[in-house]
Amino acid sequence: MAAQLTPADVLKVAKLARLKLSDAEVGDYTAKLGGILAYVDSLGEVNTDEIEPMVHAVELSNVFRTDEATPSLPREAALSNAPKTDGQFFLVPQILDAE
Amino acid sequence: MTTTTIIGLEVHVQLLTNSKIFCGCSSAFNPHQPNVQTCPVCLGLPGSLPVMNRRAFELAVKTALALNCDIAPFTKWDRKQYYYPDLPKGYQISQYDLPFSDDGALEIEVGGEGGGTRKIGIIRAHLEEDAGKNVHDETGRGTDSQVDLNRAGTPLLEIVSQPDLRSPQEAKRYLEELKLLLTYLNVSDCNMQEGSLRCDANVNLHIHQDDGHKVATPIVEIKNLNSFRNVELAIEFEVKRQYEEWEKTGKKMGEVAKETRGWDAARGKTVPQRGKEEASDYRYFPDPDLVPVTVSAELLDSIRATLCEFPADRRERFKGTYGLSDYDARVTVDQGQAFADYFEEVAGLCGDGKQACNWVTQDVLREMNERNLSIGEFPIRAAVLGNLLERIAKKQITIKSAREVFLELLAENPSRRPISSAHIDQIIAEKGLALVTDTGELEGVIAEVVGKNPKAVADFKAGKQAAVGALIGQVMKAVKGADPQTVRTMLVEKLGNP
Ligand SMILES: [Zn+2]
Repeated sequence: MAAQLTPADVLKVAKLARLKLSDAEVGDYTAKLGGILAYVDSLGEVNTDEIEPMVHAVELSNVFRTDEATPSLPREAALSNAPKTDGQFFLVPQILDAE
Repeated sequence: MTTTTIIGLEVHVQLLTNSKIFCGCSSAFNPHQPNVQTCPVCLGLPGSLPVMNRRAFELAVKTALALNCDIAPFTKWDRKQYYYPDLPKGYQISQYDLPFSDDGALEIEVGGEGGGTRKIGIIRAHLEEDAGKNVHDETGRGTDSQVDLNRAGTPLLEIVSQPDLRSPQEAKRYLEELKLLLTYLNVSDCNMQEGSLRCDANVNLHIHQDDGHKVATPIVEIKNLNSFRNVELAIEFEVKRQYEEWEKTGKKMGEVAKETRGWDAARGKTVPQRGKEEASDYRYFPDPDLVPVTVSAELLDSIRATLCEFPADRRERFKGTYGLSDYDARVTVDQGQAFADYFEEVAGLCGDGKQACNWVTQDVLREMNERNLSIGEFPIRAAVLGNLLERIAKKQITIKSAREVFLELLAENPSRRPISSAHIDQIIAEKGLALVTDTGELEGVIAEVVGKNPKAVADFKAGKQAAVGALIGQVMKAVKGADPQTVRTMLVEKLGNP
């Protein structure tokens, strides 16, 4: 069994995703995410002693495309889902930390 | 007490492909038309499927082979998760625990003539995608930042060195050698202004105390290094800063978190970058959208077959074949492949490697730089310069006359039309530069000059050797192509050895 998910875990993940959660939401997500993890954890019941670990879920390899440039989306289409644009760029709240 | 500077470099190079790493969008540098090279894949839209660009993978393997890396028989891609506006998916597709290559080395020359070489270890090279570009508001009025995703998804090769570099100068030398190798391999244009080559430096100090104890200062990662000169300056600054910090606080490696600092070129200092430390929990996991790659012996052989002679080998060959010094071999090769090719052609034609090297590294390089031309654009092609220098070797003209012809060829060529060897004949004829070794013609002129300069003649006879120089000069002036050595011999003979 994996350790129980705590509100501190939820806060950490939220911070990494730049999400601001209210106390009520932290409680809510701790319960919901904890439930998901517990469900996934049921895989632990399978006996895997004799099975080689996989590094990837798909048993395919070497799928390539040739290096050819193909048409891109028009800018208007590329920007169409963005909450805010100036017609040329995606606009985001000012980034304080210079790169 | 002594200190050792410990430096490891992380270099990111954009690979020379036509399209992006996981989609068909053009990977051309295009900052003036933002957001015209995107598609659902590189925008990270739901339901899109990335597919690996074969050429990007092959160029990456080619580079790793040239860096003496081991190529993994099995490799895969992982999601490196962090949140930043230039990263549309919220993760970067990179390689975590199974990079396609590791454990290589690059040999660099250190110090001056005869300074020897050092082998700098390469921990790994892995293939990943680039992020987009943020354009920050410079006015400070708190307006929005702009994001251009043209660059998002451009294939990037990350090359991580061992912490084997011991001085800012060595770090710079490593970067120069790496860049030269990458351009020789034709895997990247390494244009730092356009961001095709970027560098981060990990720096700390080992302080050897008088009581025999060694103390390591905390490692600092310096970002924002957009020129080799800035790499050198930033590390120089950081060495001083870390020593002062250690004297002040006594803090050692492990006692504080690894710090990220940015290089502020305008102020000439590194400054802390807030917020980078806590964000460094990347929660890697295998990207389920991309399948792994297995590298067969055949694939490896076919990529190995595309490798060219490396710069280091070429320097050695130039020393052996053309008798160049360490210094000359370095100058010739380090100017890039096209330049070294030019030198080789000239040397082959004139049959004198040293002479060819002098001309190419002095005259050609100077005129190229003055005119802001690349060797490919230089109007005197190698065949023509080779022809000119061959005439020196055959004693048809003097070196001095050859320089005159060389400059004349350039001067009469404002429109950069192709210059042929026939032009050399023409200039030699017009200016009377053909080497005159015909003693009959010279005898008359010498007699005349001796007659006109009784004082110089008297000085010479009185034992003033230098006086003959003035006489030689006058003869040379009268007979344009006279061979100075012949003139000297004849003059001294005529005046009788004093
Ligand atoms: Zn795309």
